[in-house]
Amino acid sequence: MAATDVDIFSNEEKRNLSLGGHVGFDSLPDQLVSKSVTQGFCFNILCVGETGIGKSTLMNTLFNTMFENEEASHYLNGVCMRPRTYDLQESNVHLKLTIVDTVGFGDQINKEESYKPIVDYIDTQFENYLQEELKIKRSLFNYHDGRIHICLYFIAPTGHSLKSLDLVTMKKLDSKVNIIPIIAKADTISKSELHKFKIKIMSELVSNGVQIYQFPTDDDAVTEINSSMNAHLPFAVVGSIEEVKVGNKTVRARQYPWGVVQVENESHCDFVKLREMLIRVNMEDLREQTHSRHYELYRRCKLEEMGFKDTDPDCQPFSLQETYEAKRKEFMGDLQRKEEEMRQMFVNKVKETEAELKEKERELHNKFEQLKQMHQEEKRKVEEKRRDLEEEMNAFNRRKVAVETLSLAQPVKKDKDKKN
Amino acid sequence: MHSEPKMELVWSEVNPSQSNMSAPQHQHPPGKVAPPGAGDFSYVGIDAILEQMRRKAMKRGFELNIMVVGQSGLGKSTLMNTLFKSNVSRKSVSSTPEERIPKTIEIKSISHDIEEKGVRMKLTVIDTPGFGDQINNENCWQPIMKFINDQYEQYLQEEINIDRKKRIPDSRVHCCIYFIPPTGHCLRPLDVEFMRHLSNVVNIVPVIAKADTLTLEERDSFKQTIREELRANGIDVYPQKEFDEDADDRMINEKIREMIPFAVVGSDQEYQVNGKRLLGRKTKWGTIEVENIAHCEFAYLRDLLIRTHMQNIKDITSSIHYEVYRVRRLNESNGQPNGQPPNGQANLQANPQDNPQANPQPQQANGLAAQHQVLTHEM
Repeated sequence: MAATDVDIFSNEEKRNLSLGGHVGFDSLPDQLVSKSVTQGFCFNILCVGETGIGKSTLMNTLFNTMFENEEASHYLNGVCMRPRTYDLQESNVHLKLTIVDTVGFGDQINKEESYKPIVDYIDTQFENYLQEELKIKRSLFNYHDGRIHICLYFIAPTGHSLKSLDLVTMKKLDSKVNIIPIIAKADTISKSELHKFKIKIMSELVSNGVQIYQFPTDDDAVTEINSSMNAHLPFAVVGSIEEVKVGNKTVRARQYPWGVVQVENESHCDFVKLREMLIRVNMEDLREQTHSRHYELYRRCKLEEMGFKDTDPDCQPFSLQETYEAKRKEFMGDLQRKEEEMRQMFVNKVKETEAELKEKERELHNKFEQLKQMHQEEKRKVEEKRRDLEEEMNAFNRRKVAVETLSLAQPVKKDKDKKN
Repeated sequence: MHSEPKMELVWSEVNPSQSNMSAPQHQHPPGKVAPPGAGDFSYVGIDAILEQMRRKAMKRGFELNIMVVGQSGLGKSTLMNTLFKSNVSRKSVSSTPEERIPKTIEIKSISHDIEEKGVRMKLTVIDTPGFGDQINNENCWQPIMKFINDQYEQYLQEEINIDRKKRIPDSRVHCCIYFIPPTGHCLRPLDVEFMRHLSNVVNIVPVIAKADTLTLEERDSFKQTIREELRANGIDVYPQKEFDEDADDRMINEKIREMIPFAVVGSDQEYQVNGKRLLGRKTKWGTIEVENIAHCEFAYLRDLLIRTHMQNIKDITSSIHYEVYRVRRLNESNGQPNGQPPNGQANLQANPQDNPQANPQPQQANGLAAQHQVLTHEM
């Protein structure tokens, strides 16, 4: 669902007027352009393709510059995004060009997750822009826009059909970025094979519902060229920065023993078409589409995800504030409830522990009582025994005294016995 | 056609962007790359983007909203008609000629579609009949300020929509032309008050109306006095000093600042002067040619407003005045008395009654922290 376009010139309150002379606001586009020139432009290209398919070379050829880069290794265990920013200048135009490379794409044995870093990177750029746009104190005019304006998808020149990795990746990307598919290393395919290959690719894309970027045909100045170029997609390109002498000219080409493939020769490859479309005709449209279609879609989804709505069932427009308020109340309610729960839990735990402790205390008390009783028992018994013992002693003593008294009386009797 | 200029390669690495993946940062020393060999393939075509941009702008069309403020009878409508060489003012369009002066200030806007050499523009002229005409003119700038803020509010609401239009209709007042009566003495308190209040929310271009009543010397001294008074009161009119971007800008703008306020004469009548038909005012003692810079400064005003600084006026409105409004609004809703809340998220209440004297929202002390958590929670 694309953002609705409003034609400011269809308001009924206005009138059409003819001017009586030269007013001078026809210089307005010039003023606009000169402002943009001072601001500078930025353009971000994402190159998706297998390692070694010729992405860096093509970039060098397109922009006529040796962007410094080393060859990537084939042994990375994941896909890495490698963005690099360059400052280019041509006549009075400053361009901040960012080229994002997908390093390691297609190298892994298991490629199921290959598309994820790419999608994440694109989303991150959108997110950063959205954050900046939502800030209170924002400076959108100084903001370095990192959103990807164009994704060049490099298709390997097998001559047969698209690989499943290609289809899956392009399907994931088509709603987030403008995709232009290109056939890389096109000098390995013959003309007839190329024709069949292109048809096959386009039909596969259509049947899988992959939406690639269509060059716009609504502007009279470029309708013709754009619609004819649309028919040449995907572009079969050859990249080269080496120069070869052909005839009496020096051209960029790839030299083989059997011939020379000239990069800028339209009968050899579609490089010129790509450059024409990408840079000279549609660069501004690519930037506009990225901002007004892909970014808006992202923004809408993101805000809806966060729970913001534009209208409620009664068709009363909500504002962000009301949604925030509602959410905040909800959240505070949640918070309070949780707090209550926790407090309850705490109180309960305290009670439990208290009860336990009381139990223990009681037990101890009981034990103590018991011991005390035992102690007293023992003591009593011991007392009894002592008393018994004392009594015995007393009894013994008495008997002893009695016996002694008796023995004193006895010796007289004994003497009498002896005299007899 | 393209003359195939040699592309100058000023190649240097600029802030290798943050890659949040695990790739190591490649630090390249900035350097000049050897230019490619001579030949006609050094032209890339980047500068074609200017043409693309121009085409798109022409297709889109432009919008301009001008407000005219001043007492009745100062020639506001005539000046507008003169500026745009057609009957753009309200008086020309309304079916019943209203000669009455309204009891309160009204704000009336009227839009026109004009076209010149393929450039389409929607021009909206906002008239303020009744300004300064009452006996008690206290706070007469308030309805005007409210109107301007309402336009900002409308734009803001549109901007924070989830499903928003591809091109938000811009009804924000880009420029406010303030008409100073040609007393020849100094600014009146009403003028000072108005400009003081409004110079912070909109670009004000003061003009001396009906300047054909002043001689050149009187005109110069009047202008001098006005400039000094503006300075003394801290009123920054367009082009504002603080928004000069670079030395070139400053130079151009200084020249303009030395000439404001422009002494203008408006006319929609043409007269024969020296064999040419010119816009002017015919009097018994001569014909004042409107576009003759020896007679009045209308041409300077027109050049400033239309031919050279129109885009700049719109830019300042959208990137400075509007942003100031936006910051204030968002802070108000957040309940933060100062500057930026910790995470600076947008938070807005649809308040159609917003006016400068509204009480700020009750302080929501924990509001922002909770919102921060809500957001991270949701995300």
